[in-house]
Amino acid sequence: MSNEMKRNINSQNINGHQDGVIFEKSHSGRTNACQSPRESSASRVIPASLLRESPPLLPEVSEMQAVRHFTRLSQKNFSIDTHFYPLGSCTMKYNPRACNTLAMLPGFLNYHPLAPVETGQGFMSCLYELQEILKEVTGMKEVSLTPMAGAQGEFAGMAMIRAYHDARGDTARCEVICPDAAHGTNPATAVMCGYKVKEIPTRADGDIDIEALKEVIGPQTAGIMLTNPSTVGVFERRITEIAKIVHDAGGLLYYDGANLNAILGKVRPGDMGFDVIHMNLHKTFSTPHGGGGPGAGPVGVSERLIPFLPVPMVGYDGDQYHWLTKKDRPQSIGRLSAFAGNAGVLMRAYIYARLLGREGMPRIAEYSTLNANYMMVELQKKGFDLAFPSRRATHEFIVTLKRQAKTLDVSAMDFAKRLLDYGYHAPTTYFPLLVPECFLIEPTETEDKDTLDGFIDAMAKIQSEAETQADMVKAAPYTLPARRLDDVRAARELDIVWKPGEQTR
Amino acid sequence: MPFIPHTETDVKQMLASIGVNDIEALFDEIPAELRIGLLDKVPAGLNEMEMSRLMHVRASGPQPLCFIGAGAYEHHIPAAIWEIVTRGEFYSAYTPYQAEASQGTLQLIYEYQTMMAHLTGMEASNASLYDGASGLAEAVLMAVRANRKSKSKRILMPASVNPTYRSVVQTIVENQGITLELVDYQLDAGCIDVASLPADPGDVAALVIPQPNFFGVLEDVNALTDWAHVHGLLVIAVVNPTSLALLTPPGEWGEQGADVVCGEGQPLGVPLAGGGPYFGFMCCNLKHVRQMPGRIVGRTVDADGKPGFALTLQAREQHIRRSKATSNICTNQGLVVAAATIYMTLLGAQGLNRVANSSHQNTQNLAAQLNAIDGVTMAFASPTFHEFVIKLDGVSAEDVLGALMADGVLGGFNLNADYPALGEAILVCATETKTAADIAAYRDALSRVMSRLKGGAA
Amino acid sequence: MSNAPSHLKYAKSHEWVESVSDDTYRIGISDHAQDLLGDMVFIELPEVGQALSAQDECAVVESVKAASDVYSPLSGEVVAINEELVENPDLVNRDAYGDGWLFTVKASDLSELEALMSAAEYIELNSDDDH
Repeated sequence: MSNEMKRNINSQNINGHQDGVIFEKSHSGRTNACQSPRESSASRVIPASLLRESPPLLPEVSEMQAVRHFTRLSQKNFSIDTHFYPLGSCTMKYNPRACNTLAMLPGFLNYHPLAPVETGQGFMSCLYELQEILKEVTGMKEVSLTPMAGAQGEFAGMAMIRAYHDARGDTARCEVICPDAAHGTNPATAVMCGYKVKEIPTRADGDIDIEALKEVIGPQTAGIMLTNPSTVGVFERRITEIAKIVHDAGGLLYYDGANLNAILGKVRPGDMGFDVIHMNLHKTFSTPHGGGGPGAGPVGVSERLIPFLPVPMVGYDGDQYHWLTKKDRPQSIGRLSAFAGNAGVLMRAYIYARLLGREGMPRIAEYSTLNANYMMVELQKKGFDLAFPSRRATHEFIVTLKRQAKTLDVSAMDFAKRLLDYGYHAPTTYFPLLVPECFLIEPTETEDKDTLDGFIDAMAKIQSEAETQADMVKAAPYTLPARRLDDVRAARELDIVWKPGEQTR
Repeated sequence: MPFIPHTETDVKQMLASIGVNDIEALFDEIPAELRIGLLDKVPAGLNEMEMSRLMHVRASGPQPLCFIGAGAYEHHIPAAIWEIVTRGEFYSAYTPYQAEASQGTLQLIYEYQTMMAHLTGMEASNASLYDGASGLAEAVLMAVRANRKSKSKRILMPASVNPTYRSVVQTIVENQGITLELVDYQLDAGCIDVASLPADPGDVAALVIPQPNFFGVLEDVNALTDWAHVHGLLVIAVVNPTSLALLTPPGEWGEQGADVVCGEGQPLGVPLAGGGPYFGFMCCNLKHVRQMPGRIVGRTVDADGKPGFALTLQAREQHIRRSKATSNICTNQGLVVAAATIYMTLLGAQGLNRVANSSHQNTQNLAAQLNAIDGVTMAFASPTFHEFVIKLDGVSAEDVLGALMADGVLGGFNLNADYPALGEAILVCATETKTAADIAAYRDALSRVMSRLKGGAA
Repeated sequence: MSNAPSHLKYAKSHEWVESVSDDTYRIGISDHAQDLLGDMVFIELPEVGQALSAQDECAVVESVKAASDVYSPLSGEVVAINEELVENPDLVNRDAYGDGWLFTVKASDLSELEALMSAAEYIELNSDDDH
């Protein structure tokens, strides 16, 4: 079948009346009696000036219409459960179903966060044990589970560094050092904590430029934010030396746990000299990404930062589990969420950790690294250029399509979109920013060899398509629910809320 | 090996391709002195059956009748919601950066934004933030950026705002030179006295207005909003989404409406689950949309001119703007937002209105019955939504709550630590989930406890 | 390298300056800069009457790809802004040196002009990242 034909068939599918927004399926007066409380005749005691005059515009559809609409929407997504999803830096591994089922037992779901701890001991014991497991796998002295995402964990980490310096009366430290390859949240977080950012360059071999570090570091340095393995997919070999330089200058080291999957059970941030770390449980501990959250970003610290950890944490006195609050930790940076963070996500991570056990942890690093190195070598054999060819891959690696962009005018984005047609989610494109036309590829340990081979074959096919029919590749994808979206129009003619009277054509 | 598919043959072939003898060789760039042995303190692995047994034991415990609210509310959750939300296509998808492969999630967020905008009476909504408390912190940061007339970083924060929210805001904004100035509430009314606000507040960036406030009491939002706007302050509304089926939406408060609206989304189909994951919502008008943190989905067209959805206004976000981003936020609470979207769809305006009404009426009913008990009085004479505060005479709130728990009733949230001025006081909530029998059970239990404790004290 | 008219002065951060009268100068971003940023979707302008110091961040040009600060090359007071850009941000793409101007300042320190580059110097500076 030609692509043109595929496209036509596809457009017929999606032009059906069933694909509009939910409001277009709405009919005035249609209700779901089954989902409404019974009407009661009791009095209402609210002054008229505070009452709503007209009802909000919400859909009026039957339960079945709703179920069908959202089920059909789900079918327009790629997901780990349906597709290989080698997104670098995101660790898209299988999310075991048991983690969901067991975290959603009614006893956990019905537990009010402010209920007395006596009624939630089972729940709290899971969180406490998770704290202990995370301490052990990271080599940190204590862990707080409360940050609700990696970025919030980062915030907590930098706020602790600031609180530490402030508590010592060392208020002259106003700068935070970040490598130029750092994830965008790093500099954004440093600024949220009131710091200026100093960027340092990455060398051609992927390691940090230590000379540049020595130049910018000084008594004004509060700390450095690093990811190891770094965002370019290699292990920072001189980490111990870096830690010494930073500590000698009176600064602290922050570890971005984005790439913890690569080293789980092999080497620990605590042993590398880091003072504070965050973990992304939605990556390393396989909690679902959920189309963009919720995640969880627990933080772990070295001895000197323990007093500053965010609350609440779970304590255990040998008899009962209880919440540790600002009363117990007066120097804490405070609370980050209304309750205890994304507890349901933490429960899933706990279940996953117990299913793996101590033997399972290093296997994650081993097989994710095996998969990445295999793909790297095979893609190189197919003629693709590696960004750091002299280096071992960690759990991920970078292919650069700069040559294809220059000689064939086919960019990394074009390759990414064409991969979708082949049934593979695209790797991370255009991150890290310092490698031109890059593909950051992370297969994870849960993919089998056949899947990896299929992806490698698809890349080779797209390469030959790019050589012979570049225009076709540049207009991909053809077989998805939508073709390339006009994002300039999306930003210029902002349509972010549906209004009555509009028709989706 | 749990969740690892490799056979021995696979491993051999892959190692041969790479050109190394064993997997260990792949870690040769890690300095040897940093390597560790087995993680002794991690327990040995369990299989699914063993784990299931363990978790069932831990999930089994007392299931008392719960009258606690204080920011997390028990509502009926239609069965269809989590059946759909936990479909793999929603559950295991990533952030919708590849729009063509994420139209389901993107369209759902667009529909969510639409529902939230209409519910709050605003023009725009983001795709959600972490929770209500951190959402208020983001709203404060946004208001400081958005109020171009104000050079100050002062925020007026009423004491009637959830005390935990206030402390979260403090944690998040304090390193940016923002100061929170407390606005007191009236001890007899439980809400802000508009007349007591200063005639000349000076240069202040924004006023936070809770509706209902932490005591469940309804604030005079129209007068407060107008006061703020007259003095050049932006208005940040912190609202309960269920209540908006009944109450004036913030977009219609006073003459001009609120400027930023935020709140906790948990009441919209999200289980209590020990405190999360919930989600924070945030809405504003179009003139401030570029100052709003978080993701936003827009409708556009694809290369064939057909409608489709994509993330938009991304240039403001951390992955592009780095140290100049509006926030370091890079997730929303996607899956939980999916639940809320399906919840609002299944209930519709009428269903949501009935939930709000029923909760309000149950609360009125419970308040009247508790008020009749000797030693129990209503703390405030003001109208409330679905929570109210009782004062206890001659007994401690802690003792009363402990005795109620022994009777299988969680009687509410003890206000002692946060509001000592109220004396022995408990915040009580009754949603639509409480039947007449539940309400009677609470009344009878409290009645018994009061007479026992007071009798004991006498 | 995109074009850079010779009657204008340029800043390293890609702004151009055009003399309008004795002490008023019109400011925009170079054709090279708009080309790097891509399709403009929103321009945030300073307010008329606003006082600027040289190197102040005073506007933001936002494309799909990036939001970039514009730094004032000169100190002074903003006397006019290009209101057309509110509705038509793509004017910056279509005519960076003409209809796509951003704002006009009444300069307070003309010596600051000497720190700016000629067209030839600006072209030379950017010849490296040509692609």
